[in-house]
Amino acid sequence: MLEIKNLHARIAEDGTEIIRGLNLTVKAGEVAAIMGPNGSGKSTLSYILSGREDYEVTEGDILYNGESILELDPAERAARGIFLAFQYPVEIPGVATMQFLKVAMNEQRKARGEAELTTPDFMRRVKEAAAELKINPDMLKRPLNVGFSGGEKKRAEILQMALLEPKLCVLDETDSGLDIDALKIVADGVNALKSPDRATIVITHYQRLLDYIVPDTVHVLYKGQIIRTGDKDLALELEANGYADIIGQAA
Amino acid sequence: MAAVQETIDQVRQIDVDQYKYGFETAIEVEKAPKGLSEEIVRFISAKKQEPEWMLEWRLDAYRRWLTMEEPTWARVDYPKIDFNDIYYYAAPKSASGPKSLDEVDPELLKTYEKLGIPLKEQEILAGVEKPRVAVDAVFDSVSVVTTFKKELAKAGVIFMSISEAVREHPELVKKYLGSVVPVTDNYYATLNSAVFTDGSFVFVPKGVRCPMELSTYFRINEKNTGQFERTLIIAEEGAYVSYLEGCTAPQRDENQLHAAVVELVALDDAEIKYSTVQNWFPGDKQGKGGIYNFVTKRGDCRGDRSKISWTQVETGSAITWKYPSCILRGDDSRGEFYSIAVSNGHQQVDSGTKMIHLGKNTSSRIISKGIAAGVSQNTYRGQVSAHRKATNARNFTQCDSLLIGDRCGAHTVPYIEAKNSSAQFEHEATTSKISEDQLFYCLQRGIPEEAAIALIVNGFVKEVIQELPMEFAVEAQKLIGISLEGSVG
Ligand SMILES: Nc1ncnc2c1ncn2[C@@H]1O[C@H](COP(=O)(O)OP(=O)(O)O)[C@@H](O)[C@H]1O
Ligand SMILES: [Mg+2]
Repeated sequence: MLEIKNLHARIAEDGTEIIRGLNLTVKAGEVAAIMGPNGSGKSTLSYILSGREDYEVTEGDILYNGESILELDPAERAARGIFLAFQYPVEIPGVATMQFLKVAMNEQRKARGEAELTTPDFMRRVKEAAAELKINPDMLKRPLNVGFSGGEKKRAEILQMALLEPKLCVLDETDSGLDIDALKIVADGVNALKSPDRATIVITHYQRLLDYIVPDTVHVLYKGQIIRTGDKDLALELEANGYADIIGQAA
Repeated sequence: MAAVQETIDQVRQIDVDQYKYGFETAIEVEKAPKGLSEEIVRFISAKKQEPEWMLEWRLDAYRRWLTMEEPTWARVDYPKIDFNDIYYYAAPKSASGPKSLDEVDPELLKTYEKLGIPLKEQEILAGVEKPRVAVDAVFDSVSVVTTFKKELAKAGVIFMSISEAVREHPELVKKYLGSVVPVTDNYYATLNSAVFTDGSFVFVPKGVRCPMELSTYFRINEKNTGQFERTLIIAEEGAYVSYLEGCTAPQRDENQLHAAVVELVALDDAEIKYSTVQNWFPGDKQGKGGIYNFVTKRGDCRGDRSKISWTQVETGSAITWKYPSCILRGDDSRGEFYSIAVSNGHQQVDSGTKMIHLGKNTSSRIISKGIAAGVSQNTYRGQVSAHRKATNARNFTQCDSLLIGDRCGAHTVPYIEAKNSSAQFEHEATTSKISEDQLFYCLQRGIPEEAAIALIVNGFVKEVIQELPMEFAVEAQKLIGISLEGSVG
């Protein structure tokens, strides 16, 4: 489903190279974990996958369902099913969460040539998805992410993911700032979306989340490259020994 | 105590603009000769079959205007207006008193249709649960259709064009016209007093709650026609009225002058809500064309416990110079001003309000939301003052600016003056930009850039949108989206 080939990318503004020859393949139905110490380029990779203009791809390619997506803008990629759960969800003052959801769902449908959702249909979907994630309906009336607690923000991200039904889900540090109960709810939400035609990339630097969202593959990202790939035991190894060993071996 | 603070944010940005309503109606028009003179004033008065006193009033204003100078203090910049190169009177020929819609020029109806104005009575009636709206459509200078007049009359409400009111209710017009905005108030108001052509007149008698929202759509159509509307709204003791005004104008090469005067009078316990959605042609990409909008709007809370509230959504005009104000004369009276001013392209907006506290325990509230895009300049200018006798005067002002791109400017210029030590004035101001993070977040959810900007901006102005009557709120949100199209390069 996703094939990243020898990707090199830099910050458009100052030319600093962040991604330095990254290779990664994720198949449909797969859950891939990307781990790595702070500052290794995990969030940057998620931004580049979603088409953020602050980064320039200088070499390599990103194939999504066999086609390069480098020329697509972020909204086009979203409409094709790429979803990013942000490490730091952004506040949109004055825009009720409910309203934001409706606009996002309908814009994606419009881009795909589908009819807009009727209000009752929309309401039903939101109510169901919110209940699954134990989201209080009052939260949906509040402006998106404004004054939300850390846990509420992350749950709102997963709610959007559930409603937009993406094909490639990228979760950037969705576990950070969550207590164990919230972590379970979020993990259940992600697991509920697992399907043979959907791939999930879970970015984290703790293995804790991976107890609940069990990965098929684990990749270690360091200085803009995948330096090691393995199965879920690799995450446990990292937990026990830290990154130093692996980084040392790769050097 | 006086405080003057100026926040200036200069930024740059590319602009494009598309004015959706830039079409012209081919209707024969009856015009006065170009230019301004005593003869023209007499011509207008005669056309309107006005009584002698009205003519004298106009002539007096004209003579005073000749001695006045154009003000230059606003933060707007435009080529000098040649007041002798303007037509002061234009009327659609077919407008000599149509009795029903069937008699209205079909071309005119088509124009309104394109603008989406619900002029047809049946459409209004068909709006099952929607509150009914009486439409007094002003086409150029003459009011062509007035609906629901009868039902309003039953309630004792007078709603008609000001020209009709001059003929039919001279005692009311004489008593109130110029009582809020004196003839010599300012250059444009004086000009208006001399040459005003039409506008609305509303009188709600004691104890009456006006049974429907009153709505007027103005439209400037004839080339080089100055528009000088005059509107007068009176709410007697305990009366309530909500009045809506909306405007769009077709595309033009030359700038068009618009100098309206609106006067509101609220007696004891009366309340007037005045809402405007204004969408005049702002000029093309090069800043050419567009309407010059120099308006004097003022409400007089003349009675105790009276209330006047102004809500405005300004998206149009090349140049806007407008300060809907409240004189809080009655004890315990209240003034409110809710404003959204959007500027894009080369637009220049200098708008705000004045709250003049004269009575005891008077209060006022100002919420201003300025949005600047393109290379536009958007200035909020507000004055809050408390008279010596205005004990316990209270004001809260919140003034927020949002910048789109980095070639536009937002400016906040508050003037605060309290001659009474018990006055409590609060002022808050913020300036922000639509952040890259916000835009990217919306894009990532599949919301394209223009829709994302419209969404974020509508969130920013929500507090003010909530003050609009329902049927205008939706229209206003759309308009804000349209007027910001092309604001991001
Ligand atoms: N837009 C940017 N401007 C400046 N530095 C950036 C930008 N994006 C990423 N970086 C830098 O790139 C490196 C990788 O960052 P990031 O992708 O956030 O790491 P991670 O998510 O793995 O912690 C860091 O050193 C970070 O400071
Ligand atoms: Mg990160």
